[in-house]
Amino acid sequence: MKLSKILKNGFLIVFACLALSACATSKKSTGQMQGDVYTGTDTVEYLASGVPDRVFFATNESVLTTASRETLRKQAAWLRKNSKITIVLEGHADERGTREYNLALGERRANAAKDYLMTYGISSDRISVLSYGKERPVDSGSNPLAWSKNRRSVTVKAN
Amino acid sequence: MKKFLITLIIILIPVKSFGLIEVDITRGNLNPLPIAVSPLSIDEESRKNFESILKKKNIGSEISSIVENNLKVSGLFNPLNKDAFLQEPDIANLKPRFEDWNLIKAQALITGKVSYVEEKLRVEFRLWDVLAGKEMMALAFTTVPNNWRRVGHIITDKVYERLTGEMGYFDTRIIYVAEEGPKTQRVKKLAIMDQDGANNKFLTLGNELVLTPRFNPTSQMVTYLSYFRNLPRVYLLDIETGTQEVVGDFPGMTFAPRFSPDGKKIIMSFAKDGNSEIYTMDLENRIVEKITNHPSIDTSPSYSPDGKFISFNSDRSGYQQIYVMKSDGSNVKRISFGKGIYGTPVWSPRGDLIAFTKLHKGKFYIGVMRTDGSGERLLTENFYQEAPSWSPNGRVLIFYRETKTDSKGKGFSAKLWSIDLTGYNERQVTTPTDGSDPSWSSLLSN
Repeated sequence: MKLSKILKNGFLIVFACLALSACATSKKSTGQMQGDVYTGTDTVEYLASGVPDRVFFATNESVLTTASRETLRKQAAWLRKNSKITIVLEGHADERGTREYNLALGERRANAAKDYLMTYGISSDRISVLSYGKERPVDSGSNPLAWSKNRRSVTVKAN
Repeated sequence: MKKFLITLIIILIPVKSFGLIEVDITRGNLNPLPIAVSPLSIDEESRKNFESILKKKNIGSEISSIVENNLKVSGLFNPLNKDAFLQEPDIANLKPRFEDWNLIKAQALITGKVSYVEEKLRVEFRLWDVLAGKEMMALAFTTVPNNWRRVGHIITDKVYERLTGEMGYFDTRIIYVAEEGPKTQRVKKLAIMDQDGANNKFLTLGNELVLTPRFNPTSQMVTYLSYFRNLPRVYLLDIETGTQEVVGDFPGMTFAPRFSPDGKKIIMSFAKDGNSEIYTMDLENRIVEKITNHPSIDTSPSYSPDGKFISFNSDRSGYQQIYVMKSDGSNVKRISFGKGIYGTPVWSPRGDLIAFTKLHKGKFYIGVMRTDGSGERLLTENFYQEAPSWSPNGRVLIFYRETKTDSKGKGFSAKLWSIDLTGYNERQVTTPTDGSDPSWSSLLSN
């Protein structure tokens, strides 16, 4: 009885460790990445003071993260204040995918940003979308951090 | 592209073939056939004439080195060193001393003669079976002198066809994207060259980004993606006239174009509002048809050679996989079920296989599978490679490969590579600049 209890507890501890380490690997935060989404500011430029120009995506994803939505709300506020400005949303992918699929993925990412801006009152007339697929990386590295910087949608002033 | 100026005059056809030497193309290059390519003989007057026209000292030797190089690169033949040849080219062409050729272990022998006839280049050549001591083939043709390289390719095609029983692929061209500059600002141009890398020519200036050129069935037109005026659209280019026109002028991005096997339609993707669907456009009446209808990414379409089916990749299952449907869009079936993600399906000209790119555990593969997805076979593994294109006889694939950059982001390159369907004979196809997105033409002399 005693032994089995010890074993049981032992197992529980082992399980707890496993669960923790699994968590640690799946939501690894390296300072510049959360999961595989870039969270740093190296490549970010500003449309106006406090209005970052780009949002980042996970591999193969076009879902906006909480941070991306916050950035886009700032862009929407800035666009509402400057109602004559039109923009191009440039969607990009990293180099780890086939060229044609990445063109489609870049388009999907830019449209995710567009849809969100529209829900904050920005008319689709002011937004055009341009996908570059993997053709215009911002970081030429071949490593996960470089790839995370390249999976992006960048808002560019068009006028 | 020049019309096919080569007139073929068959001067001799062997009455009966005795099933002599044969090359087994399914075996790979484990045992390339030893072949002697005797320089094509040339009389002094013809030699001088061609020297003044073509600036080549001995056009006979030049043509035979093209043949020799083609045979070597095919991986199926081992052209023997000319220093060991005992018989003079002109005499060998009349009647080979088979024992001499046997001595240097040649199993087959090519001989021939070049002459200058009425301002034209006349070439005759013979293929001999050394062991049996018999002539296997004799052909002659006449063409304009400037076509001399093509003569070398046509001779190779005839020899290849006679010895393997398969159609050749040497008198062909490759269209591709020539690349230069830093990885973050690549300058890309359309370029075309002979299959062996000769006669490279740039077709666009590099002012706008161009991607994914593909030949039509007669190899006189090319469809590709251009970012002209920052509007990514599918274009059509006539290689001979240089005329370019937009064909995919839809309210959104059109991309991933290919011709239908009859050359009458272009199939492509059209992306709008975050969704990419496959469409066709009839080039004559410009009627557009929507083929897929799914909220996922559907792209990289490629017709079966009979035009009845279309393969494409879609992420409707969550990740990029290969699907096949009828050409009207009905009967969509997923065919790739292996581990990893699959893209860029391209139907083989024989119709029995689909070549693809696969990503699994951080490595990229070029592979082939049957059209129902069975019999998957991976031919090559690398850090990054994609976009296979078939040689017109379906025996070789050309694709591009990119290198991993170092910790400082340096050392990027993109190169063209080819590999046999057997998985053997992997080799780089040299281009003057970096290259990607290759597309193989049809056989020009057919």
